[in-house]
Amino acid sequence: MTMEKSVNIMVVDDEEIVRDSLSSWLEEDGYKVEAVESGKKALERLPAKLWDLMLVDLKMPGMDGIQLMEEVRKTNPDMLVIIMTAYATVDTAVKAMKKGAYDYFVKPFNPDDISLTIRKIVDHHKLVQENLFLRKELKKQYKLRDMISKNEKMLEIFDLARTVAKSSSTVLIQGESGTGKELLARAIHDESPRSEAPFISVSCASLTESLLESELFGHEKGAFTGASAIKRGKLELAQDGTLFLDEIGDISLKLQMDLLRVLEQREFRRVGGSDLIAITSRIIAATNRDLKRAIEEGRFRADLYYRLNVISIHIPPLRERREDIPLLVEHFVEKFNIEMGKRIRGVGEGAMKILMDNDWPGNARELRNVIERAVVVAKGNVLTESDISLPAAAGGANHRAKSLEEIEKEHIRVVLNENQWNIVRTAQTLGIDRVTLYNKIKKFDLKKDGGALKEC
Amino acid sequence: MGDCLRSTVKEMPQVPVPPSSYEAGRNQYYSTKILKEMLKEVPEDALKLLGVTEKDLCIPILTYVFGEAQLGGTASVVSLARLRQEHYGVAPDRPLLLERLRKESLHELGHTFGLIHCPSRDCVMYLSNTVVDVDGKGRTFCRACQMVVASQTGAGREG
Repeated sequence: MTMEKSVNIMVVDDEEIVRDSLSSWLEEDGYKVEAVESGKKALERLPAKLWDLMLVDLKMPGMDGIQLMEEVRKTNPDMLVIIMTAYATVDTAVKAMKKGAYDYFVKPFNPDDISLTIRKIVDHHKLVQENLFLRKELKKQYKLRDMISKNEKMLEIFDLARTVAKSSSTVLIQGESGTGKELLARAIHDESPRSEAPFISVSCASLTESLLESELFGHEKGAFTGASAIKRGKLELAQDGTLFLDEIGDISLKLQMDLLRVLEQREFRRVGGSDLIAITSRIIAATNRDLKRAIEEGRFRADLYYRLNVISIHIPPLRERREDIPLLVEHFVEKFNIEMGKRIRGVGEGAMKILMDNDWPGNARELRNVIERAVVVAKGNVLTESDISLPAAAGGANHRAKSLEEIEKEHIRVVLNENQWNIVRTAQTLGIDRVTLYNKIKKFDLKKDGGALKEC
Repeated sequence: MGDCLRSTVKEMPQVPVPPSSYEAGRNQYYSTKILKEMLKEVPEDALKLLGVTEKDLCIPILTYVFGEAQLGGTASVVSLARLRQEHYGVAPDRPLLLERLRKESLHELGHTFGLIHCPSRDCVMYLSNTVVDVDGKGRTFCRACQMVVASQTGAGREG
């Protein structure tokens, strides 16, 4: 029924009849139109809205259309302007276009021409704006200055990464899963002179040996059954950029040998191919495995390890830098506020205590997921204990020593939250009677954020 | 057409096009001026008023219009001039002319119900600047546009 977006158009013409007829005609097309009678008025109204397009009469007393366009460009260099005129001459048309008008229309317009042109430029303009916005967002996410920490070790890592970014040395990033190895790799890429070239990521653990080989090196047509066309591998796609080899500790010994040879010779062949292709990309490898132990156990080649480990970065797990938890929480809340259009202002004391006390076996990624869920379920503008749902500590992953009493308290709190503090259901789940549950709530001083207990 | 609006349609006596709307330089009639004159003649029991004319219509900024309406108002007008096959040097086709007239009349009336152009080609509110567009679009309102009309006429409420 209506157009999906609201498009703001300013009409500038000294003739009232033109302003009225053009405005009402454009309004029927779903545009938001404001018509003013002079260049001076137009400049006054310019800061009032985000204008998508201006339709400007060429001949007006005082400031003419081209002068107005030049004034507008000083503050809005990307503003799209269509010049309208009753007296078409080639000279004025050329002048208007050279000064940067998007188009030039002679009055009266053919309705089909004007509506198609406006629709086309509005759509194009939106795409350009969206593209710029997305590019900025992408860039922003991976800049080192946007990576946050108060931890001394982390700050040293950021410093090192900044220095490393300028070189082409191979980097090995080690750290538990969820510590942000790929984010750091992307940040190094984006801070490097290679930032305009591609960043190509390969998850080595997710592919079988033969698939990984063709994924990395590519293959020639007919190299094996099913290879119906030439395929360029990730090494080739990452030319001049960065190749990120994630979970490098999981690749087979054969592929380790191939990779070692490639890294030493700085060239490779596609599978089934004879031409040598030079490597111009920087390699960043990452793993959550203890590679030294893997070497001792014969699962990882020592020579490949030393080849990769030119610059070594070890990201400490979140539990070793708890001071970063509030910082990360704030960052994630802000991020999800924007993504979900919410207005969470902060985190309650009780909720923050839970977050600070947890050991985060899944590190920052796990924390992000918990905050994402909390922002989704939060009813108020502060995250409370009941909004925080920690994943069950599988296989004793939450291994910080706790007393039985602490575990009992924690378990009761979790079950209460799962049942929205419904006492009957919680007691049933826990296999105790209601009185016992009440006594335990009292003993452990468990509190629901706002609202009374439910009996039914 | 009345069935689409679920309203009673009454035909009014023929009246001449107001001479003041004539644009001598263009040999066309200024539709906005016609609408202003029509507003003086709205019967008390009328929700909307539609004028149909043989004259070729225009507004100052456009070379022609098929019709014009007050967006969210009362009056609307449609011209037969550019809906006729003869205008394009083709043999007359009365059924096609009536079909085009029906579509453009509903379209302009739709504007008086506050509807703007609809992105759906199946809807009669789809923008049509040429007869090709008119012939290609649907002959009724889409569900969303119908709901807007229904909220003001009761059309479609009973099913």
